[in-house]
Amino acid sequence: MAAMLCLFSDESLPSVFLRSVFVENILLSFFLGMCSYLAVSKRVDSAIGLGIAVVFVQALTVPMNWALQTYVLNEGALGWAGIPDSDLSYLQFLTFIASIAAVVQVVEMAVDKFSPKLYAALGIFLPLIAVNCAILGGSLFMAERKYDFAQSVTYGFGSGLGWALAIVSMATIRWRMRTANIPGPLRGLGITFITTGLVAMAFMTFSGI
Amino acid sequence: MTATTTPPVAKRSLFGKDELKAIKDPLWDNNPIALQVLGICSALAVTTRLDKALVMGIGVTLVTALANVIISTIRNFIPNKIRIIVQLVVVSGVVIVFDQILKAYMFDLSKQLSVFVGLIITNCIVMGRLEAYAMSNPPWRSFLDGIGNGLGYMWILAIVGSIREIFGSGKLLGFQVVPQALYDAGYVNNGLMVLAPGAFLLLGIIVWVQRSISGYVEK
Repeated sequence: MAAMLCLFSDESLPSVFLRSVFVENILLSFFLGMCSYLAVSKRVDSAIGLGIAVVFVQALTVPMNWALQTYVLNEGALGWAGIPDSDLSYLQFLTFIASIAAVVQVVEMAVDKFSPKLYAALGIFLPLIAVNCAILGGSLFMAERKYDFAQSVTYGFGSGLGWALAIVSMATIRWRMRTANIPGPLRGLGITFITTGLVAMAFMTFSGI
Repeated sequence: MTATTTPPVAKRSLFGKDELKAIKDPLWDNNPIALQVLGICSALAVTTRLDKALVMGIGVTLVTALANVIISTIRNFIPNKIRIIVQLVVVSGVVIVFDQILKAYMFDLSKQLSVFVGLIITNCIVMGRLEAYAMSNPPWRSFLDGIGNGLGYMWILAIVGSIREIFGSGKLLGFQVVPQALYDAGYVNNGLMVLAPGAFLLLGIIVWVQRSISGYVEK
């Protein structure tokens, strides 16, 4: 019983994973990545492409920023370099956004080199990810909640997956809504928000787990 | 010696038609949230209470205006290929300053806004205005455009924030506004308003109302 409790305590890996995918879905409960979500959820295939790209980049950047935060930015983190009383935490935003931009660039070049087909499918979405707030948000949440390495790997993958899940399900709903007769001013943004609200409500039911 | 020739461009008044347009358009006709669909993320996350919404609105206004001025000043020296990186660095710098000020003078609020201050960096309003306006317009007008877009963002945030605070917790800016008599009569706060889905539904309705009045219809 104690082992069971331990497995599902707040800090355990399965719990971090499930929470980041469902209960604390980064899109539906923290509203991150809304801009690209609204722009790209019109078509299912591009939503899937962007979703995969986000999972990939998120799973890479969160652990990487964890390393930067732990070994460079935190108070006294530079102890290994012989500078024990350094505190660079005010550079957090700049460091994170720079490392995200760098990772996105490297991923883009690697995908282009090794799988031109995937590159063509992801198209313009890869560079756009650098300014997707879900990516920066994931890293900032990781820093705020003080995850350790294993937890940040899990959290990065989980939150990316949650985002992908939300955008793909929304794209399918919007695809079906094309033919619906919606009042003029509500069309587009308005109805998308209201539908997202309903989807978010559905995701909230996971919070009992 | 000829008389000094006047420059070919007529002298512009400091607050001419273009300047007025730059600051007025984003408030209604080209509102960043309702019509340009920019900066939605933070619009929803920080609006559970009015004070959070206001501070966030001020932050975005200042950051957009300052970043607009800086980028617009150096716009002719930025190589086109790396302009996104340059913009990101400038915006991050401005946001760091705002974050430090917030931490120094309003520590509790900065704790509650948590990661969302940092997320101003990736707020699409800031990047969007830099790309669409500051890269091709002089500094003073870009400044006004930044202020205008920030205010256009702020008033929607303020409305969403007040509705959510009044119906979600019966307060406004921390003061009780729903009288105790109503609670005694069986009125309860609507918990949905403080949760995420309430924000989505509310913003959907506000966009609907704004577009009904301004007459904008998506194809």
